[in-house]
Amino acid sequence: MNVAKIREKVAFTILGLITLLVVIPILLTIFYVVKNGAGAVSWEFLTQPPRAGMKQGGIFPAIVGTILLIIGTMLFSLPLGILSAIYLVEYAKDNLFTRLIKLSVVNLSGIPSIVYGLFGFTLFVVILRFGTSILAGSLTLAIMSLPVIITATKEALESVPFSFREISLSLGASRWQTIRYCVLPYAIPGILTGTVLSLSRAAGETAPILFTVAAFYLPRLPHSIFDQVMALPYHLYVISTQVPNMPMKLSFATGLVLIGLVFLMNLVSIILRAHYRKKKLW
Amino acid sequence: MEYETKIETWNLNLYYGDFLALKNVNIRIPHRNITAIIGPSGCGKSTLLRCFNRMNDLVEHIKVEGKIFIEGQNILVPTTDLIYLRRKVGMVFQRPNVFDLSIYNNLRFGLRIHRMLKNKNDIMQAIENGLEHVGLWKELKDKLRKNARTLSLEQQQRLCIARVLILKPDIILLDEPCSALDPVSTLKIEELLRALRTEYSLVIVTHNMQQAARVSDYTGFLYLGQLVEFGDTDQIFTNPKEKLTENYISGHFG
Repeated sequence: MNVAKIREKVAFTILGLITLLVVIPILLTIFYVVKNGAGAVSWEFLTQPPRAGMKQGGIFPAIVGTILLIIGTMLFSLPLGILSAIYLVEYAKDNLFTRLIKLSVVNLSGIPSIVYGLFGFTLFVVILRFGTSILAGSLTLAIMSLPVIITATKEALESVPFSFREISLSLGASRWQTIRYCVLPYAIPGILTGTVLSLSRAAGETAPILFTVAAFYLPRLPHSIFDQVMALPYHLYVISTQVPNMPMKLSFATGLVLIGLVFLMNLVSIILRAHYRKKKLW
Repeated sequence: MEYETKIETWNLNLYYGDFLALKNVNIRIPHRNITAIIGPSGCGKSTLLRCFNRMNDLVEHIKVEGKIFIEGQNILVPTTDLIYLRRKVGMVFQRPNVFDLSIYNNLRFGLRIHRMLKNKNDIMQAIENGLEHVGLWKELKDKLRKNARTLSLEQQQRLCIARVLILKPDIILLDEPCSALDPVSTLKIEELLRALRTEYSLVIVTHNMQQAARVSDYTGFLYLGQLVEFGDTDQIFTNPKEKLTENYISGHFG
C-alpha cells in the first residue's frame, strides 16, 4: 500500500470513529431510559390516571393531553407553514420585503421556547381570553413549530429541479397546476421529514405549555378545547422535581412513553413517505 | 423574401438587469417551415426562442421591449393568455425532460391541464396519434404503463415532441433538441422534424451548423444579441451577405 492509501484509511477510520461518537449518546440515552423505565410500563400505567399523590396509577391523562396537543399543533402549523413556504418559494418575487420575511423565519427558530411560552401566555391566554387551554397551548406550540416547518418545506420545494416547473409551464399549465402536479409530489417526502421533526420537538417541549395549557394534576379527560390538560413533558418535570420520594422508575417510564410516542410519529411519516414515493401523480 | 409569416418581432430588446441581451431584433419566422437560429454560445439564441412562448417570464429581472406578433396578436401585452399561448406554441428542451411518470401519463398531462378530451377512447386515440406521429407507436403501444425514464434518450426526446404535438400546437420551438443525443439519434430526430414541417411551423436553436444546414429552410444568424443576417438556408450557407456570417459559418470563430 502506498502512502496516499494509508492516509485515506486513517482518515476514514477517524471519521468513522467520530460518527460513532455521535451515535453513542443517543443509544446510551435510549438504553438508559428503557433499562430504568421499561419495568414500570404496564397496561395500567398506560390506561389509568395517576393516584396517591401521583406515586401510583398511570399517566393516561398526560398521554391523551400530549396527543391532543400534537393534533392541535398540527392543525394550525401544517397549513400555515406549508402554504407560506409555497408562497415564498413559488410566488414571491425576490425583493426586500420577502427577504425580510425569510430572515424573520430563520431568526424565529432561534428564539428560546420559554419566550414562546410567555408570548403565548400573553397573546392567547390573557389578551384573546382563551384561558389556559388546549387551544392556547396548541397555538403556542404551532407558532414555535412554524419556522422549522417553513424552512423544511422551503428546502424541499427548492430541491425540486427548476426544469420540472419549466416543462409543466411550457405545456401551458398554470402556476398552481405546476405546483400541485410537478413540484409537491416530489417535495412531500422532505416536507414530511421536517414536519414530523418539528412536531416531535413540540410534543416534548415543556416551556411553551407551562403557562398556556399544562395542568399539574388533572385526572379527568378534557371536555372541550378550552379545558386544561396534563401533558407528558410537564408531568415528567412535575414528578421528577416537585413530588418528594417519587420512585425514579416512574419518571423513566414516563420518559419512555414520550419517546415511544415520538417514535410512533416518525414511523407514520416513514410509511407515508414510502406511500408517496410509490404514487406521485394522479 | 416572400413567404407567409408566422411570428414577427418588432424592435425586440431584452434586458437581463442592465445587460442588453437582445438588441433591436426584427425577425419574421415563416409559416410551416423550419427556421434555424444559429450563433455562438451566449449570443441570445435561446433567449430569443423563449420570447416566443413567454418562458422568459419565469426569470426574474428580465425586461422585454418591442412587439412580438403571432397571427397578428402582440403576445407581449400583459393581457395575453399564457396558458393558451403555450398550448399553441409548444417547446422541446435540450435535455429530454420526460416526467417521472408512465408514458401514458406523460402524454396525458397536457390533456388534463387543458381539460381537453374527457372520453377515455378519445384520449387513447390522441395518445396513439401522438406516438404514431413521432414514430413510437409500434415500439411502445404495449408499454404505455412503463415509466418514461426507462426509455432511451432518443425515445424520450420523441416522447417530449409527442407530448407537445398532442396539444395541437401551431408552432414548435426546439432548444438544441439533439445536443444530448448521439449522431444516429440526431439524424433520426432531424428526419422527424422534416416530416413535421408540413403541418407545423418549427423554430430550432442550434449551435451545430451542419444541423442547421441539413434541417432548416430558413436560417437566422445571431451574434451578441443582434440578428446579423436572416435568409434562405442555402443562401446563408453558400452565399452569405454579411462578412460576420461568413466568418462564423466558415468556422473562424464561435
